[in-house]
Amino acid sequence: MTRIEVLGPGCANCERLYRNTERAVKELGLECELEKITDFNVIMSYHIMSTPALLINGELKFSGRVPSVEQLKEMLS
Amino acid sequence: MSKSPAPLARRLLSLAGALLLWVALYGVLQRAAAWFTRDLLGLAAGTHLASAVEFFVYETPKVLMLLTLVVFGVGVIRSFFTPERTRAILAGKAESVGNVLAAALGIVTPFCSCSAVPLFIGFLTAGIPLGVTFSFLISAPMVNEVALALLFGLFGWKVAALYLGTGLAVAIVAGWVIGRLRLERHVEPWVYQMSAGETGLPEHRTTWEERLDHGLEAVRDIVGKVWPYVLIGIAVGAGIHGWVPENFMASIMGRGAWWSVPLAVLIGVPMYSNAAGIIPVVHALLEKGAALGTVLAFMMAVIALSLPETIILRKVLKPTLIAVFLGVVTAGIILVGYLFNWLL
Repeated sequence: MTRIEVLGPGCANCERLYRNTERAVKELGLECELEKITDFNVIMSYHIMSTPALLINGELKFSGRVPSVEQLKEMLS
Repeated sequence: MSKSPAPLARRLLSLAGALLLWVALYGVLQRAAAWFTRDLLGLAAGTHLASAVEFFVYETPKVLMLLTLVVFGVGVIRSFFTPERTRAILAGKAESVGNVLAAALGIVTPFCSCSAVPLFIGFLTAGIPLGVTFSFLISAPMVNEVALALLFGLFGWKVAALYLGTGLAVAIVAGWVIGRLRLERHVEPWVYQMSAGETGLPEHRTTWEERLDHGLEAVRDIVGKVWPYVLIGIAVGAGIHGWVPENFMASIMGRGAWWSVPLAVLIGVPMYSNAAGIIPVVHALLEKGAALGTVLAFMMAVIALSLPETIILRKVLKPTLIAVFLGVVTAGIILVGYLFNWLL
């Protein structure tokens, strides 16, 4: 099962990334765990400098932008 | 994304077309507003209502058009900068040079206040001095493209340039002062325990198509969010323009009242509005006799210091450092206000 984590303190952009990811997962019919990570200690352990960021199975995919649902689907499939 | 040149050429062509249309429209705005007010609505020139309506009908499309153009331009420019690249430029620079560079990079590096903490930690762990980091954190929200576009549209290029120059100056000097005060021990200790490092992500090679998309996205995002504020701001401004008597503000916010600058800043600091809502109102106040320095200081205080960002920064800064940060920036803005009231 895929594990997806959205890193960010919870501002508007982080929420948007979370919603987009949720939609991408649903449209692909993926079975996965989707989680929000708001703890700065964890966020900073990935050395990112801008939020939000996305982890797929623990691997950092990007930071500092909110891709569209289509782009996220491409990354997830 | 396709690598063939054809889509890029097509996109450039349609952008050029949009630009031509923009210029043509911009040129006829004033006449269109006059025609709308006098011929279509039949309002007699010189009445309060006519002057308010004409002001609104002319300024609203003008400001929104300027905003779109500037936000697009800045969006494309920002695609050349990332926080990571900015950090690499700033790392290892001497302090004074670092303050100047950091303030300048604060304008063009993409930044939102929710990224303030990761950026702060990323800078400090890379060995960038505290004062230089603050120069960046002050300049990034204060000198923003929305404010620049609105000031240019409503006041002309001189005031826009003054704002850009003094905004940078406040960021440079305030950061430098914070650096001199040796406040490193007032940073929350966990920040220094974070290890320095890179994300390990390969640097994304941005194509020109993506840069243009970036500009369009910025327009959708920022103009889409900000236009209601512009509308309300200009409507309030139009009311002031039409009904408030000339020189009404002179006694309260004029040059003669020495206390007006600190008072305007103290009122402005806790206010949290975006530049789009505040500048049209400020424009109208100025017309009625408020002094430029007072009005600029008020505006900077509203935009530069915001409660949400301060709360977020509390995670990495102890209260003393927060207080120094707020105090130094406030003092800088008050000085700017006095300077302009005295100079102009």
